[in-house]
Amino acid sequence: MEAWIRARVTLALTLFALLFFVSRSSPPRQFVISNAERRIDLSSHIINVHLTLKVENTGTRPASEVVLALTPTEVDHLAMVDALAIKGKRKKTTSVHLEVKPTELPDAPPIDAKYFTIYLADPLNSGESTTLEVLYVFMHFLEPFPAEIAQSESQLVFYHDTALILSPYHIKQQTTFIKTPSTKVESFIRVEPTNRVGTEIKYGPYEDCPPYSISPIHVHFENNSPFAVVEELVQEIEISHWGNIQVTEHYTLVHAGARHKGVFSRVDYQSRQFSNGASSFRYLLARLPARVHSVYYRDEIGNISSSHLRTNSLKSELEIEPRYPLFGGWKATFVIGYGLPLQDFLFESSDDKRYLNFTFGCPLIGMVVDKLTIKVVLPEGSTDPSPVVPFPVEHRLEAKYSSLDVIGRTVVVLEKKNFVPMHNSHFQVYYTFNPIFMLAEPLMLASAFFMFFVACVAYIHIDLSIRK
Amino acid sequence: MATMPASASDLLKSFKLKTKQQELLIRVSILCLVYILAFITRLFSVLRYESMIHEFDPYFNYRTTLYLTENGFYDFWNWFDYESWYPLGRIVGGTLYPGLMVTAVLIYRILRFLRFAVHIREVCVLTAPFFASNTTLVAYFFGKEIWDSGAGLVAAILIAICPGYISRSVAGSYDNEGVAIFALLFTFYVFVKAVNTGSLAWSLASAFGYFYMVSAWGGYVFIINLIPLYVLVLLITGRYSMRLYVAYNCMYILGMLLAMQIRFVGFQHVQSGEHMAVMGVFFLMQVFYFLDWVKHMLSDTKLFQAFLRITVTCAVAVGGIALGLGMVSGYISPWTGRFYSLLDPTYAKDHIPIIASVSEHQPTAWSSFMFDFHILLFLFPAGLYFCFKRLSDATIFIVMYGLTSMYFAGVMVRLILVATPAVCLISAIAVSATVKNLTVLLRSKNKVVQTGSTKGSGGSKSSSKALLDQSQPFQKNGAIALLFGAFYLLSRYATHCTWVTSEAYSSPSIVLAARGAHGNRVIFDDYREAYFWLRQNTPQDAKVMSWWDYGYQITAMGNRTVIVDNNTWNNTHIATVGRAMSSYEDEAIEIIRSLDVDYVLVVFGGVTGYSSDDINKFLWMVRIGGGVFPVIKEPDYLVNGEYRVDKGAAPKMLNCLMYKLCYYRFGEMLTEYGKPPGYDRARGVEIGNKDVKLEHLEEAFTTSNWIVRIYRVKPPNNRCNIHGQSGTCNPQNLGVCLDLLGLVDVNLGNAPTKPCCSLIEGLVDLEGAVCLCTAVRANVLGIHINLSISLSLLLRNCERKVATEYICGP
Repeated sequence: MEAWIRARVTLALTLFALLFFVSRSSPPRQFVISNAERRIDLSSHIINVHLTLKVENTGTRPASEVVLALTPTEVDHLAMVDALAIKGKRKKTTSVHLEVKPTELPDAPPIDAKYFTIYLADPLNSGESTTLEVLYVFMHFLEPFPAEIAQSESQLVFYHDTALILSPYHIKQQTTFIKTPSTKVESFIRVEPTNRVGTEIKYGPYEDCPPYSISPIHVHFENNSPFAVVEELVQEIEISHWGNIQVTEHYTLVHAGARHKGVFSRVDYQSRQFSNGASSFRYLLARLPARVHSVYYRDEIGNISSSHLRTNSLKSELEIEPRYPLFGGWKATFVIGYGLPLQDFLFESSDDKRYLNFTFGCPLIGMVVDKLTIKVVLPEGSTDPSPVVPFPVEHRLEAKYSSLDVIGRTVVVLEKKNFVPMHNSHFQVYYTFNPIFMLAEPLMLASAFFMFFVACVAYIHIDLSIRK
Repeated sequence: MATMPASASDLLKSFKLKTKQQELLIRVSILCLVYILAFITRLFSVLRYESMIHEFDPYFNYRTTLYLTENGFYDFWNWFDYESWYPLGRIVGGTLYPGLMVTAVLIYRILRFLRFAVHIREVCVLTAPFFASNTTLVAYFFGKEIWDSGAGLVAAILIAICPGYISRSVAGSYDNEGVAIFALLFTFYVFVKAVNTGSLAWSLASAFGYFYMVSAWGGYVFIINLIPLYVLVLLITGRYSMRLYVAYNCMYILGMLLAMQIRFVGFQHVQSGEHMAVMGVFFLMQVFYFLDWVKHMLSDTKLFQAFLRITVTCAVAVGGIALGLGMVSGYISPWTGRFYSLLDPTYAKDHIPIIASVSEHQPTAWSSFMFDFHILLFLFPAGLYFCFKRLSDATIFIVMYGLTSMYFAGVMVRLILVATPAVCLISAIAVSATVKNLTVLLRSKNKVVQTGSTKGSGGSKSSSKALLDQSQPFQKNGAIALLFGAFYLLSRYATHCTWVTSEAYSSPSIVLAARGAHGNRVIFDDYREAYFWLRQNTPQDAKVMSWWDYGYQITAMGNRTVIVDNNTWNNTHIATVGRAMSSYEDEAIEIIRSLDVDYVLVVFGGVTGYSSDDINKFLWMVRIGGGVFPVIKEPDYLVNGEYRVDKGAAPKMLNCLMYKLCYYRFGEMLTEYGKPPGYDRARGVEIGNKDVKLEHLEEAFTTSNWIVRIYRVKPPNNRCNIHGQSGTCNPQNLGVCLDLLGLVDVNLGNAPTKPCCSLIEGLVDLEGAVCLCTAVRANVLGIHINLSISLSLLLRNCERKVATEYICGP
């Protein structure tokens, strides 16, 4: 009986497996990947996947669109995809940045994968080959298991992937390297040939994989790097033409690793630093622009007195400590604010416009931001704002009333989801502004005082009494 | 060209002020300076720490103000606060004096309207200094009313920096008293003005001043008792006048009607024993008026005397009977305990431990009088002397205000605040009168000396003038010396006030500062660390039990529900918490569970040497708990009447919940070099019970300096659990398991199914299957697959029975 069931199950599983391997239809098939190498870096909670593909055009026509495939889960966690074309040989290589766009494949694929198309700079002629380097950055991709740990335990996480690269093309030869942060690996699935040396697990080389072949694997390993995630960051950049830029950043920080369970013992935390709370973190480092001044660090209930600012001529570093160490699942909200000299960031463009040139990103180092909102508050009276950002963001306009504002200031709001440090780059906001508006507020104040004195004089000189 | 200098000198002449104008200019500029001084001297704490709310009660005020700004007045008025006094709650609109919050929000709205981008917190922090500045103006006018403008100026300066007032009005001390002292002084000033002028307008203003006072602070009872007392004294001394009649009646009737609009006060003006004096005097006034009229009608004095006797007797009798009836029928409530404790300082200690447990309710020590008043303490009697010398309706008032408030200041430390304006005013009279006399002496002498010398050359003078001339040098020097002495004293006063303000009254008490080993300032920000942890990392509906001192702060900063807080209206509830803290853990857990508590918070200073912690307050918990629950007996916690925590402590003390929570795992801690582990620095002893085990509570959080410790109440153990653990479906974990099982099988053939079984342990068979299906749907790689086969396999491997092939629903 037992044997019969087993046989039946094996049969069923084999059939089931076949479903995966048999491709029913095909995307543009003129490419074949002659060699693929994948390096997966699991050392922090931001996962970098470097994929090097040697693409060969085996079709008859020249083609310029190479399709990448990702599983839906991967797409959900994808923060960034970037592709480079490598030209030249050996030492004289040059890389060209290529455009990558999400696409739909018209003919039904066998499994519901998601696709990205790389647009090559020049079409690849029949029989030619080129080397592409693709970088994927994933966030929230490591799954803590066990999901809850006590203070003295270290954090173990799962990484799920397939040993074979999911691709709509035939891959002749492929290898995958997975780098773990330490040698402590609880378990991993072997798909022969599999080899583990030190902190690296090597899958492959596998030869001649048909399109859409996958082979699920997981790696269960120790990762005590701080899983610090900013759930929401609202950065407000207020421009004053009197010479100052005031930046205010509202953070919602969370430890996104395995949840802390049970006791938090201060004795253990203080006396046994290394074995206790290994995955927790206390300090954060923010890199601020040089010449920063009047820095503050506070939250809803007041100042947080634990921070250090180091400045030199090139950069400023602000070391901050949340009110309490963050264990898995613990949250902290805080605000950092600072002032910057205007001339470092505001310039005049040739067409009589002004523009702000500022970093799009999170000053906290190595931080993943789920939702990043940048609000650029332009001075009152500025018109035609237009932001220029190197990657797609949502943007809209708002109005804000600051001190002594009558018509309100124009606020350019830029929103980006799933922000990783690799996104850090400069962005510009162009606008026109007439300097006469700078005088509006001083004049208003002066006239208010003048009116007050006039009223006083009038009151003294006019007799309002009824009786004489 | 020649006309230019002439016109310039004309212009200069036209700018030259007359003496009266000069005086006005000097007076106005002094007042402006005093106004600014009163404000900035209260900013020490903002400069030294930050713009933050201080102490305990202000946090409640701040929280309600926030609510008012966010939700508007009607929601505020009808606010039922679920976060305090769990499970009772608190009708906030009906149990507070809204004056402060409404004032702050009004200022906030005005500033916002004028387009100043301020935060409500800043408005709250600066409300008290702003009103202190306004108080100086009122003090000036009051002084001017009762004496002269010189006295007014001195009064303004004295009250601007008087520590007794500063203690309750530094920036950040956002408390009722901050605006109430202004309202109190304003009401008194306007009333005195009304009495002096007999003007209906002024008495109307005093009614509104009284209304504002009622809306701001419970201390309005002082006004409503002092004014009838004052009127009574005026009547007795034969100073009854039409002016008094108008002022009092208008103020009383309108003030009473207006005060009834405050929900917390309601109909107390006609129903409570504390407010009866004012009504009695009101009727007495009518009797006086009636008698006055009759006297006017009757020309026969004998007849009038008889009539007077009959009327007064009748009036008193009717009044007495009415009061008695009211008392007996319960319509008029008797005096409250707080009122009694004011009249009899020993009352609270015997009957209401909760009032006696507050340090600011203790009788005042002489040193704190000296600390808060400094030279005013000596100037006060001198001022009284001057007042008696020039007796008028106004000076009688200030004398009565000074004497009664001084008495109350002696009864309770916090009432020094009420006495401060009176003391400042009376002292100002003394200073002003003395300085004025001396300068008059000095100036007249100079004149005499001048005339004497000029006349001396003439050679004709009387002998008496020669006598005067002879005594002049001595008198002049004496006057100069006295003047210098007065100025020296006043400058000492200014130094003292500044020193006291900066050293004693400007620390926010929520942030503790100490000097480190190298003389650097060390900040202990543990309170906020703990409150912020509560706010961020506990469930939204968590209930926190702590001693009532921290209730307001936990709700305001931690945003969590508390069992008891600083509004000590329900003694039983507080006693319940006190009982829980002073019981053994297994008894306490019953109380804790019955109160639905999730977290217990204690304040512990053993590591830092912070002395006002829960262990030092513990005897009050025992007393208050024991006052309601006789099972708690104070002697159980004492050894020979001595309170100690070391090895010689009482066994009940060493094992009660408070002791355990404070000293949990403290025995392992080395606090000071050269001392054994578990050395309590606040009390300077090694603790008696180092092996503290907790059964029903677990440590949830301890701040970095151990000042606040928070414990989580563990859920009760399950009574029957077949599998040893409760069965819950956790698709996340099952997802991992299925990953091992289903997908991996494809390639490897054998999967570690057995560990997976533990995941569905405790679930009924069908539930297990459903749970697995959930897991399949939320599968790991996001690729939709039909896993019915492996599902059945798993279920069978785990020795579960499932009807043939269980297929997951869509």
